Amino acid sequence: MNAVELPPPVETEEVNYLTCECGVKQWLLTTDHKRIGILFLYTILVFFTLAAVAAALMRIELLTPKGDLLLSADYNKLFTMHGVLMVWFFLIPSIPSVLGNFLVPLMIGARDLAFPKLNLLSWYLFVIGGALAMDAIIRGGVDTGWTFYAPYSTTYSNSHVIEMAAGIFVAGFGSILTGLNFIITIHKMRAPGLTWFRLPLFIWSMYSTSLILVLATPVLAMTLALMAIERIWGVGIFNPALGGDPVLFQHLFWFYSHPAVYIMILPGMGVASEVIPCFSRKAIFGYEFVAFSSVAIAVLGFLVWGHHMFVSGMSPYAGTVFSLMSFLVAVPSAIKVFNWTMTLHRGSISFSTPMLYVLGFIGLFTIGGLTGVFLACLAADVHLHDTYFVIAHFHYIMVGGMVTTFMAGLHYWWPKIVGRMYPEKLGQLSAVILFVGFNLTFFPMFILGGLGMPRRYHAYPPEFQIYHVLSTAGASILGIGYLLPVIYLLWSLKFGKKAPPNPWGATGLEWKTPSPPPKHNFHRTPIVHEPAYNFPPLDAS
Amino acid sequence: MSIPVLPDSASTLAPKTDLILLALTALSVVVMAIVFLPMIYFLFKYRRGRPADRTPLDLPTMKIEVTWTVIPLVLMMGLYAWASEVYLEEETPPLGAIEINVVGKQWMWKIEHAEGNAEINELHVPVGKPVKLTLASQDVIHSFFIPAFRIKQDVVPGRYTSEWFQPTKPGTYHLFCSQYCGNNHSQMIGSVVVMEPAAYERWLAESSPGQTLAQQGASLFRELGCSGCHMGNSVVHAPRFEGLYGKPVALQTGQVVIADDAYLRDCILTPAARVPGGYSPLMPSFQGRVNEGEIFQLIAYIKSLASAPVEGSPP
Repeated sequence: MNAVELPPPVETEEVNYLTCECGVKQWLLTTDHKRIGILFLYTILVFFTLAAVAAALMRIELLTPKGDLLLSADYNKLFTMHGVLMVWFFLIPSIPSVLGNFLVPLMIGARDLAFPKLNLLSWYLFVIGGALAMDAIIRGGVDTGWTFYAPYSTTYSNSHVIEMAAGIFVAGFGSILTGLNFIITIHKMRAPGLTWFRLPLFIWSMYSTSLILVLATPVLAMTLALMAIERIWGVGIFNPALGGDPVLFQHLFWFYSHPAVYIMILPGMGVASEVIPCFSRKAIFGYEFVAFSSVAIAVLGFLVWGHHMFVSGMSPYAGTVFSLMSFLVAVPSAIKVFNWTMTLHRGSISFSTPMLYVLGFIGLFTIGGLTGVFLACLAADVHLHDTYFVIAHFHYIMVGGMVTTFMAGLHYWWPKIVGRMYPEKLGQLSAVILFVGFNLTFFPMFILGGLGMPRRYHAYPPEFQIYHVLSTAGASILGIGYLLPVIYLLWSLKFGKKAPPNPWGATGLEWKTPSPPPKHNFHRTPIVHEPAYNFPPLDAS
Repeated sequence: MSIPVLPDSASTLAPKTDLILLALTALSVVVMAIVFLPMIYFLFKYRRGRPADRTPLDLPTMKIEVTWTVIPLVLMMGLYAWASEVYLEEETPPLGAIEINVVGKQWMWKIEHAEGNAEINELHVPVGKPVKLTLASQDVIHSFFIPAFRIKQDVVPGRYTSEWFQPTKPGTYHLFCSQYCGNNHSQMIGSVVVMEPAAYERWLAESSPGQTLAQQGASLFRELGCSGCHMGNSVVHAPRFEGLYGKPVALQTGQVVIADDAYLRDCILTPAARVPGGYSPLMPSFQGRVNEGEIFQLIAYIKSLASAPVEGSPP
């Protein structure tokens, strides 16, 4: 066995995880969590772009009431593509696999995740899954919607359902491995002195997210496998003509997919809980409550799947139980919002780009959460179910919540990730554009839904047109809000000012190492003596 | 063109649902005010560079946390109970409602009235009377959504679902399929025409096919050969239908079921599954030989025999 060459005790400033061993092979076979985070970042951006193009085409089609630009079959394939790519190939991996990968070891003072090779395997599984999904799209697409409801998906659809499902199935194993890796890392590899209640809240949110990834994703894999078994071999599982039960599919699908919704918001809450204290110069209000509300959301999130099925033909009494649980899950979310607001009290607030994104997030997430209560409410849901109200609601959570905080996190940790600063004014402008464009795109959909406009319609009655025109106009602004950061962040890679180790004056171990960090994160294992967000006390001035 | 903001309100359930929606909207506005007003105030007052008292306060965190946990919880439980009550009412059709059958299939709605009238993508109903729809699907899951009535119910293959409404205002309203069902999902639309009772009677008479649904079922009953075993002096020992509908039936397994629409539909499609006690499982399945619309006709016929005298018993 060769002797391992230890790095010299003090590395030169120049060598960091980006500059050492930078061949293509070193990147593709890397086991460095930071590099894997960056591989994920580039991959999900490709999927995000494709899914956004699908959304743009849909919005253009919906400018006029008649289905005049696209055939209904193509429209159906576009919304399926948009949903599948956004949910499984952008939102679920967005914060966990990019920022989580990069930050979990840095934040807890570890050299890497517990299983670096498994981490690389997660990325390969994700890429293979994504390639299968893309192949299904290129070969003609899938027209089942991202929900794959049986028996349409198992018997009636003439599209590439199996290949698409296989892509999601494979990528799902990547998610499971990422979740496992995080749970074990957070349990076993915290720096000396870093007790559970000294952990940054981002770590608590990653921990809760990982629990869901590990427990829920296998159910999705089983559901998709059962669907494939019925579609390929005609075994009666869901299709009543073969002796199956179509409502069973919905139970199984939502048993995964509702907790998955929390995979798409808990990490965003984690980012908000880091950014707000930093730009208020103040510890978060009610640390334990914010931390445990993440866990409460993860647990309660498993008991509410039936609220997607109030009109499915499920027993009305089951409906009343699921409604009750859904009301309860709103409480921990409300607790978080109150605590974030209270953190601002007597702070010293700076409106830097990440903070602007997070403030936008609080606004959008509050609206998304409150409209979620409408949908938990039985009699209201009967009217609003499967209308544009639902589309508006979950985009407020997933775009207003997750995408906005992903942008916040990306800007907040960008100096750490690439070692360069982005242009601050453009950053602030983008945050405002995103907020305005988003609201103009999705707020009209609440009214459309109340009026009864069903989702997944490529043509609609003419009286709804005005709201669709507003929404499409908003989408063009939103598009600029996405494009602008891509341009200036890429620009900053070469031309941005060099970032100091801690440009924001933040607490947390990730800021105590150079930007970008050296290959093994810390020259010396850090020892923690203080609670999280231990900012020096502010005074009267 | 006027810009619509609120949907038409044309059923007894619509105002009840709207009141809940109004309460939810009011609650949302209040919560947003409670969150956003202090937030905006703090953002202004404590922005960096502005002089303000920032010395940390020793706040009773636990009390504050409990307060803003318990108050929303109580409010939400109230809303929950209220909305659930309305929902359970929506799920329970009143007795004596007009019964209309609906078959959904890719991509059209077929409506069958008890009087025998049939229509496609249109549903005519009288104002002021409760109407119960029994929904069946020929293929995939559809959903029968009438926004002006605030009702929606998935139409699931392999079983009957139902929904009911009582129109309050004559007019023509949208009918949408709201569960994605394939290529022409967005064309699976139609209208609900609410008419004055007299106009409705006229419409029934003018578009009458001359036979009621039960009579159509009786013809089918003979054409399919059902009558060979289930009627007259057949050598095959098969159940008779006089007085059957709505009565309990003891199965071979000892279980007792009610002879309702769902049970009769199962007996036509999978006769061996729940055989009545005292009979042998001789009947062939009619799966693939009758469509959902025809099954509705057969059931209507069996239903029409509910009050007929039972053969062999004293009159």
